[in-house]
Amino acid sequence: MEIASALLLSIFALALAAPAIYRIAGRATGWLLSLAPLSLCLSFLMLSGSIAAGEVLGISYSWVPALGVRLAFYLDGWSLLFALLISSIGVLVLIYTGYYLEGHPLLGRFFLFILLFMGSMLGLVLADNLFVLFVFWELTSISSYFLIGFDSKRDAARAAALQALLVTGAGGLALLAGLVLLGQIVGGAEISKFLDGGEAIRAHGLYGPILCLVLLAAFTKSAQVPFHIWLPNAMEAPTPVSAYLHSATMVKAGVYLLGRLSPVLGGTDAWFYTVTAAGALTMTLAAWLTLRQEDLKRILAYSTISALGALVMLLGIGTHEAVKGAVVFLLAHALYKGGLFLVAGAVDHETGTRNVKQLGGLGRAMPITASAALLAALSMAAIPPLLGFIGKEALYEAVYRAESAALPLTALAVFASMIFVNVAAVTGIYPFFGKKPGHTPKHPHEAPVGMWLGPVCLAALSLLGGFFAPFLGDTLLAAAFTSIAREKIDLDLALWHGWTFTLALSAFTLAGGWLVFVSRDRLGGLASTLRLTSRWAPENWYALILQALNFTASWQTRILQNGYLRYYLFTVIIATVLAVGFPLAIRSEFDIAPQWTDFRFYELALAVLILLATLLATFTSSRLAAVIALGVVGYGIALLFILFGAPDLAMTQFLVETLMVILFVSVFYFLPRFVIFSNGLTRSRDALVASMAGALMGGITMVATSIQWHPPISDYLAENSLPLAHGRNIVNVILVDFRGLDTLGEITVLAVAGAGVFALLKLKSSKD
Amino acid sequence: MGSLILQTATRLIFTLLLLFSIFILLRGHNEPGGGFIAGLVTSGAFVLYAMAYDVASARRALRFEPRVWIAIGLLLAAGCGLAALLMGEPFLTGKWVSFSWIDSEPIKVGTPVLFDIGVYLVVIGVTLTIIFSLAEE
Repeated sequence: MEIASALLLSIFALALAAPAIYRIAGRATGWLLSLAPLSLCLSFLMLSGSIAAGEVLGISYSWVPALGVRLAFYLDGWSLLFALLISSIGVLVLIYTGYYLEGHPLLGRFFLFILLFMGSMLGLVLADNLFVLFVFWELTSISSYFLIGFDSKRDAARAAALQALLVTGAGGLALLAGLVLLGQIVGGAEISKFLDGGEAIRAHGLYGPILCLVLLAAFTKSAQVPFHIWLPNAMEAPTPVSAYLHSATMVKAGVYLLGRLSPVLGGTDAWFYTVTAAGALTMTLAAWLTLRQEDLKRILAYSTISALGALVMLLGIGTHEAVKGAVVFLLAHALYKGGLFLVAGAVDHETGTRNVKQLGGLGRAMPITASAALLAALSMAAIPPLLGFIGKEALYEAVYRAESAALPLTALAVFASMIFVNVAAVTGIYPFFGKKPGHTPKHPHEAPVGMWLGPVCLAALSLLGGFFAPFLGDTLLAAAFTSIAREKIDLDLALWHGWTFTLALSAFTLAGGWLVFVSRDRLGGLASTLRLTSRWAPENWYALILQALNFTASWQTRILQNGYLRYYLFTVIIATVLAVGFPLAIRSEFDIAPQWTDFRFYELALAVLILLATLLATFTSSRLAAVIALGVVGYGIALLFILFGAPDLAMTQFLVETLMVILFVSVFYFLPRFVIFSNGLTRSRDALVASMAGALMGGITMVATSIQWHPPISDYLAENSLPLAHGRNIVNVILVDFRGLDTLGEITVLAVAGAGVFALLKLKSSKD
Repeated sequence: MGSLILQTATRLIFTLLLLFSIFILLRGHNEPGGGFIAGLVTSGAFVLYAMAYDVASARRALRFEPRVWIAIGLLLAAGCGLAALLMGEPFLTGKWVSFSWIDSEPIKVGTPVLFDIGVYLVVIGVTLTIIFSLAEE
């Protein structure tokens, strides 16, 4: 586990180095970089023995000790299944990328992003700390944003990237809120510690909000209806990204989260109905929507959404059969769908088109890719002896034994599976073995080795997985099952279970799938006519929300940033008076009765002088008189400081007042004659606001001097000023030593203010 | 402007003010004073100079642009903090060295003094940036 976690963290370093490596290694970069996930994959495989035996492994490093956040990793069956998929498909995708984007000027940057994603995704599935989980969750969203928008010169790519980021980012915020609440209930952030304590959490009053927030996160990430819109658009990304992030790994993060937290949050009616319904709806709707598409990648994207829906539905049902179905189907889907995406990329690369209507008969030109595609498609169509068949059987087994709504769920699953057969035929079989419709933009060739290696390996794994299903069911998948179901049983996976009802369903599905394939053109037309009117499509909700956001932003900017200094002051003062004055007024426990007797006559005289000067400054119509009056106020206050024993403050005040008067005088010279523009009403309003501000400050001062909740810190500072900071002037010691960071902040603010004044006064003249 | 009396007096007072400000700056750790006050005194001196002669001469007397002094001061203040960080202690921890001659009280010099000089320079820079810019308008 130490090795695995060290390797995982080194992926991030490697990501940063990737552009430099590309500059040196050039074409070999993909092969070279793939060694990193390969070693990770091997290290996970070495750990898989003990995981399969029922152990769980953990390791943690101190990270943010002040917040109790430890960089904690945790490896159980469910994590291991994901970790193996991410690292092994990662190897193939890195090699594939080197060829697919060969010669692209920004290929080094692409490797950076994809390695960043790989590290984040692995961190996400291994995280044992709620906040570590969240950080990696967000990192996957961000790296996905970079990867979708990789071709940043195209508007469509940028819009798709932004959409994916906004949708998954909104879910991420919900996740943070949900995880914080969850952490509050369980009183700790280590996931492994509360996995067996679900009873208390489900009975807690905050269970409902937590469930909503976590589901929102999972549904946005895993593209459940109506949040699915971002995934088809994310197909703007280069194909290796679609294969890796948007079918095999990242979009399954939501499924991972549901599986990870289902021992804690699952098993209630609320969980069953929302999760199952969302999953079933997504599975059905997305499958139906594949019929309308003609682009290879978009067809695959919709079928991925459908598969994600099936996985979510299975986790929602939550019975032993359903969890078993989820782990098997997850593995089978990642293998065949990743393969089909890579094949789609190879076809696009070699022929120049992804439109299924223009593709056919490529089998002769691309025999290796074609055979890999055939195997992946057979797995997707659930034909024995491939792993997809076992996945589909497990799915059927789960839905028709569901505790309620078994009949509709089974019907929907069969319906979606029939369309899957069609998708498999359209994307994996027909382009290679179907009729040749005409000429493609490029003359097709066999893809280079790096581009068929991925599909071939994944197809081989689908095939081997089918034959070695009993072995998988005993080890890897059994451990994943145990992590979710918290119970150990034999999964009993096999290609042949005898003449069962599910076998009949499978046969029926194949027959139905054939019918769908034959009449796919007519069904596609039907799907196009039946689609929701554009006003109600989720795509338009997204556009509407964005428009509303922009409208609100410009509206409030118009209101708040009106450009008049007086309204800015007005807003700031009124807001302060309300926000500070209101709580001060309703909390009456302060004893602020002033003691009128305890003063000396010269203090009184000074106070009267200050008041008179203030009145003069307010009512005079001469600017010079006003400035001098203000100067008197300032000097008077400086004298007050002296009377109460604060020489440092007094000195500062004197100097500031002097400079202020000089400043005012030097500016006044250029001002026009003083004229009163405002009417009486405006001035009374201003007087009211000013008096409120004054009353508030006076009130705060009196409250602050009348209460003492803690022993004053000044005693401590006075005692320790000399021994700790070698200074007798406490004020200065506080400024430069005890609260040095505050001072640093203040002088930084000063510097920024100076730069602002400079910019305002100096830079505008260069424009004139 | 250009009054001969003011100009002659300024020459004397300017020097005195600068010396006085350095005095205030250095005594600040033990007696009333410190970088902030000293910075304002120095700014006052330069403003006086600008009034007696003109802003351009005052700028020349300052050697660098006021905003360069802001940068130097900020770097100095932040650098004092980094010194402690490099020694593995929290940012801005005070570091002291003491010198002593025969028959004299030991003289202690520490990063807080340098920090205060940083504050001094920033205050001068900001004040003069504002006043010079306004005066030149």
